[in-house]
Amino acid sequence: MTERKSNCPNCGAPIQFRYSSSVQTVCEYCKSILVRTDLDLQKVGQVADLPPDPSPIQIATEGKYGNRNFVVVGRIIYQYEQGGWNEWHIVFNDGASGWLSDAQDEYAISFRKDVAKLPSQAEAKLGKDFRWDNVAFQVTSRTLAHYLGVEGELPFQYWDKTDVTFIDLRSSGGDFATLDYSDALPALYIGKAVDFDDLRLQNVRRFEGW
Amino acid sequence: MPTPNAPSGPNPSKAASEVHVRSLTCPGCGGPVSLRSFGQAVNAACENCHSILDAQDPNLKILQQVKATEKFWPLIPLGKRGKLRGTVYEAIGYQYRRIQVDGVTYGWSEYVLFNPYQGFRYLSEYDGHWNYVSPLRSLPKALAGVSSQYLGQTYRHFQTSDAKTSYVIGEFPWQVRVGETVEVTDYVAPPRVLSSETTGDKETTWSLGEYMNGSDLWKAFSLPGEPPPAIGVYENQPAPLGDLPKSIWKWCAAFLVGAVLLVILNAATSHEKTVFNRSFSFDTSATGEPSFVTDVFEVTGRSAPVKVETDANVNNNWIYLNYALINEDTGQAYDFGREVSYYYGRDSDGSWTEGSTHNSVTLPSIPPGHYFLRIEPESDRGHGTIAYTVTVSQGAVVVSWFLIAIALLVVPAVMLTWRSMSFEHLRWQESDHPKTSLNLSQISSGDDD
Repeated sequence: MTERKSNCPNCGAPIQFRYSSSVQTVCEYCKSILVRTDLDLQKVGQVADLPPDPSPIQIATEGKYGNRNFVVVGRIIYQYEQGGWNEWHIVFNDGASGWLSDAQDEYAISFRKDVAKLPSQAEAKLGKDFRWDNVAFQVTSRTLAHYLGVEGELPFQYWDKTDVTFIDLRSSGGDFATLDYSDALPALYIGKAVDFDDLRLQNVRRFEGW
Repeated sequence: MPTPNAPSGPNPSKAASEVHVRSLTCPGCGGPVSLRSFGQAVNAACENCHSILDAQDPNLKILQQVKATEKFWPLIPLGKRGKLRGTVYEAIGYQYRRIQVDGVTYGWSEYVLFNPYQGFRYLSEYDGHWNYVSPLRSLPKALAGVSSQYLGQTYRHFQTSDAKTSYVIGEFPWQVRVGETVEVTDYVAPPRVLSSETTGDKETTWSLGEYMNGSDLWKAFSLPGEPPPAIGVYENQPAPLGDLPKSIWKWCAAFLVGAVLLVILNAATSHEKTVFNRSFSFDTSATGEPSFVTDVFEVTGRSAPVKVETDANVNNNWIYLNYALINEDTGQAYDFGREVSYYYGRDSDGSWTEGSTHNSVTLPSIPPGHYFLRIEPESDRGHGTIAYTVTVSQGAVVVSWFLIAIALLVVPAVMLTWRSMSFEHLRWQESDHPKTSLNLSQISSGDDD
C-alpha cells in the first residue's frame, strides 16, 4: 500500500499515514477515529477527552530496541487500578510493527506472536507456567483494564472497547509476555522488559521543573 | 470537501508536550497537596490531615480518612531531589511500616522516589541502615523459605513477616492504606536484598535493594547534618571484611600448595652427602686451650642448608661444643654451640633416661666453598675422656621453615575468619534462621560457586 494523503471525513484536516500497514488513525484536530478502507477513510467513532497524561513518550518519539530504530505512530490508552497505562504502537524502519508498553514508567517492548492454542483467562492463573519461544514464563499479574481511548495509527481496528483483561507473564531472564483478551480469541505478545535508558529515546516530552 | 475547522500550524500533540505540575487542595482539610509525579502516582496522602486521596481523581476523592495517633518526620523531606546512580530522583512519598517478631515490634521507613522518565525507586531505612530499592524486570525463582535465584545469584532466605503500614504521607504508585498488611519476604546476598511483597489477592511484586551508607545519601540529597548512626548489623549489610576471609583462604591454599611443591622439589633435587666425618676425644681433666681446628672440607653446589651432627659417648654426663664453621676463602664464620647430654637412672617410678647421645643442627643457606670447623669442647672436670664424632653433611631437607610459613599463613586467616563469622552470626541472629550453622561459603557475598 503506498503512502497516501487524504483528509478527515469529519473536519477535512489533512490525514497522513506514517506506516503503510496502519488500518486506523485518529484525526489530530477533531479526534475522529478513522478507519482506512480501499476507497477512503471512514469515521467510526470519536475519542473522548483524555485525562492528563504523564507518559514521557509521545507520537513521533524515536528510539532503539537493540540496534533497530523505531518510531512511535499510535497508542491505545487504558486505565486500571494502578493508574494510566499506554500501549504505544511502534514501527521499525524494516517495516515491522510492535508495541512499547508504559505503565508507571515501567517499559516493555513486545511483538504479536501467533500461537495455535492460547490459554483461556481462567487457565492463566497467577503463578501458572507457560512456555513459548522456548522461554519459561510465569503469570505475574492479571489486570482488568478500562479502555480510555486511542491516538494515532494502529495496525488493526480498535475503538469500540470497554473493559479488557490482560494477563502479564515474566521469565527469569527479562522476557515479558502479555495475553490480550480484547477479542474473542486471545492474542499473545512476547518481548522484553526494558530500561528507559536502553530505549535511547528522542523527542520525548518535557516535564515542568525537570 | 469541508474546510478544516481546526487551525493549521503546529501539531497539536507537540503543543501539549510539556507536562505540568499539579497543585490541588485536600478535600479533607483544605490544605495544599503537591502532586509531584505528574499523575503517575495512584494515591496521595495529605501531609497535613493524613487523608489518603485518589491521585487519579481531579477532585482528589478521599479513599481513607486517617486519625494519625503518631507522627513521623521523613529524614529526606518530600520534594527534595538527589542524584542516585547517575539519575536525579525526587522524594515524593513516605511510609512507616512495622512488623512483629516474637512479640517485639520493629519499624522502618520507606521513601518513594520519582523521576518522570525512569519512574519509581525506593529507599528504606532501619536503624540508620539504608537500601536503594528498584523494581525487578525478571522473575526470581524462589524456593519458599529457603533461597531465591535472581540473575544467576543465590539469595538466602532471611525473614518472612507481615508488614503493616502505620503512617503515610505523599504520593504512592500503588493503593496504600494505613493499617493494611502485606507479607514481606527478604532473601539476602549482601550487599543486596531481594524482597517480595504478597498482597491479599496473592499477587507478588519483587524488588531488589542495594545497601547504602547514610553518608552517601546525605551527600546525594545535600541533606544538612549527619545521617543517623547505623546500629547493629543489618540483613544485607556488606561484611566489613568483604570477601577477604574467603579469598585469604584461597591465597593460603595456593601458598601452601606452593610451599609443599617447593619442599618436594627440594627433597627430590637434594641428595644428602657427607662432606666431613671425624672422631675426636676430649680429656676432661686436661689443662690448656681445648679449642682446635679441623681439616678443610668442601661444600659444593648452591647455597643450601648444612647439617652438623654430633655423636658423643656421654654417660650420665655432658659435653658442650662451641662450633664455628669458617669459610676458608672468605673468612665468614658461623658460630653455634651444641650440648650433648645423656642421663639415666632408676627411681621409685622405675627407670628413666634424659637426653641423647646424638645432636643435630642445620645451618640454613651456607654458600659453597672450602670450610673448616673450629671446635671448643667443654664439660665438667673429672669425667674422663669423652669421645665424639662430628659429621657435616649438605643437601639436607629442612621442613622447619615450611612449618613457620604455615603458621604465618594460617594464623591471620583464622583470625579474619573468626571476625567474619561473628559478624555473620550477628546478621543471622535477626533472621528467621538464628541458629543457622555458619560456614565459609556464607561469609562470601553470595556468589554462586
